[in-house]
Amino acid sequence: MTGIIEADDVTRHYEVGRGWFGGSATLRAVAGASFSVEAGSTLAVVGESGSGKSTLARLVTMIEPPTGGRLVIDGHTVGEETGARSGQMEELRRTVQIVFQNPYGSLNPRQKIGTILEEPLVINTKLSAAQRREKALSMLQRVGLRPEHYGRYPHMFSGGQRQRIAIARALMLDPKILVLDEPVSALDVSIQAQVLNLLADLQEEFGLTYLFISHDLSVVRFVADDVLVLYLGRPVEITTSEAIFQRPLHPYSRALLSATPVADPRRKRQNIKLTGEIPSPISPPSGCAFHPRCPYARDVCIAERPPLYDVDGAQVACHGIAQGWIDLDADWGASHDEVPAG
Amino acid sequence: MPLLDIRDLSVTFATSTGAFKAVDGVDISVDAGEVLSIVGESGSGKSVAMLAVMGLLPPTATVTAAHMEFDGVDLKTASKRRRREIIGRDISMIFQEPMSSLNPCFTVGFQIGEALKTHLGLGRSERKKRAIELLSLVGIPEPEKRLSAFPHQLSGGMSQRVMIAMAISCRPKLLIADEPTTALDVTIQAQILDLLVDLQKETEMGLVLITHDMGVVAETAQRVVVQYAGKQVERQDVTGLFDAPHHPYTAALLDALPDRATGDRLPAIPGVVPGQGDRPTGCLFNPRCAFADERCRTVEPPRQPPELGEALCHYPLHTGEAAA
Repeated sequence: MTGIIEADDVTRHYEVGRGWFGGSATLRAVAGASFSVEAGSTLAVVGESGSGKSTLARLVTMIEPPTGGRLVIDGHTVGEETGARSGQMEELRRTVQIVFQNPYGSLNPRQKIGTILEEPLVINTKLSAAQRREKALSMLQRVGLRPEHYGRYPHMFSGGQRQRIAIARALMLDPKILVLDEPVSALDVSIQAQVLNLLADLQEEFGLTYLFISHDLSVVRFVADDVLVLYLGRPVEITTSEAIFQRPLHPYSRALLSATPVADPRRKRQNIKLTGEIPSPISPPSGCAFHPRCPYARDVCIAERPPLYDVDGAQVACHGIAQGWIDLDADWGASHDEVPAG
Repeated sequence: MPLLDIRDLSVTFATSTGAFKAVDGVDISVDAGEVLSIVGESGSGKSVAMLAVMGLLPPTATVTAAHMEFDGVDLKTASKRRRREIIGRDISMIFQEPMSSLNPCFTVGFQIGEALKTHLGLGRSERKKRAIELLSLVGIPEPEKRLSAFPHQLSGGMSQRVMIAMAISCRPKLLIADEPTTALDVTIQAQILDLLVDLQKETEMGLVLITHDMGVVAETAQRVVVQYAGKQVERQDVTGLFDAPHHPYTAALLDALPDRATGDRLPAIPGVVPGQGDRPTGCLFNPRCAFADERCRTVEPPRQPPELGEALCHYPLHTGEAAA
């Protein structure tokens, strides 16, 4: 366990009101996630909306503290040894920066690009105005923008350029970890490729660690070293990027992969069809959270929640895979037709 | 004769900084029972062209076309009343944001009933019966209960199913789906695309699928139109387009897809789509094109023959592997 991010059974619960007489309920956005990220590598977190991807991003960025479990970032435990106001916490916050999904919403329209880029320096460092300006200008150039963009406003930029600005802002404090929350999903394909290339270059140059949140598996395949598949706040499979695309183990990973459209009209149409939608995290299903949608589900899946088992070098939370009664090579389509829709 | 036949359609918007031609000389023809896909980046005018057909553009837009015919009716000369009879009944449309396309103040049942009342003149009990039928057709569980649900009580996937139910309520001959799955998760996207294609096969309607996702195109379309900065740069059948794209823009777009990448870097297309003020002379794609020369920068490219994907290019690619 020497990763730069170490999460051990991290949880994040929210209390949500249920109207006047309903009392409150607990929403388990992250219900118990354990994973580790090596310095300099990219861990992609994939899952549907409501699976807790963005909450996980907020925990790692320390926008919110975890409600349970242990989260260690760069050798420091979040929340415990560092009081919220202590210098150590400030130091830790500078190590992790975030790039948000929507570059139209994440830049202040009333601030010039220069002001946006320098703000982290004003708050966190004692650099002089001239030093800040110099640093902002060199960062602009590094992300492929020109020095004259320094004095312009966000509305004068296209989506791809704005995302470059957001990336530049995140890098101003020389962080070690960059959390990328769907950084290219709002961009067109041709622009998406430019931004992905930029991220790859920056990772190499600065030795950055990426936590890459995405719902697009084809993007994940290109950027990630490891992949964590999240379902209802729990990892169901953690493995290498190669393994997840060559031989996904968990039935949910396999369904997700097969639902992703591939740009090849000759490819056989997806044969794994997932019925229904992701259940509410307020009242998750018993046992394995995936069992209501899983064609292989047996009694044990309803009764008992599977832990993360080690199978062929991957970690999979599935009874069927661990006990060997799911035949990975069988065509799911054939057996799935007999399962009633739910 | 095609179901929808449009020749040389142009749409110009009067903006505060002058006229802007969002769609320039577009030809579209769709047969009954056919799936046509229009792909392009944002700003390529793919939605505007179809909105022009629907007559849903604001008054600042000027629509011109040499020929615009739907199912034997000339849409250019038809009266407004006649057009209103066709739109919503014989041609209907699904929009990108299902959550914001539904009216939050009315129940699902009421909103489905509106079209049934206006176009088919059904009574209250018939409307209810048909609405239940439609909801179960699009795969919504417990349709009787859902009739009285308000849009905020539905998930994105469910809202899009309701939108589809509304769109097919009058058994349209042509369905235009504008980015129907962009706001949805991949698993729900797969369900919705399957539903659309199944409905299209069952009812033999024509389907126009507007999208930016090449994966969706590959899995659903039969014919593809690639649009760039308001012009159609290539028109081909789907296998031909993915095997041997003839326009450099199509080729570059396919190469930029992460799932087709082989090396460490994606072959990105440099630059951005030209906007209102910076439309280049000659070929619109020349500033971003790897093959552009002097002729591309000065002379507008000709339309190549069908065996070269009707590419709008001086130097089409893959001339040896012309599509059959």
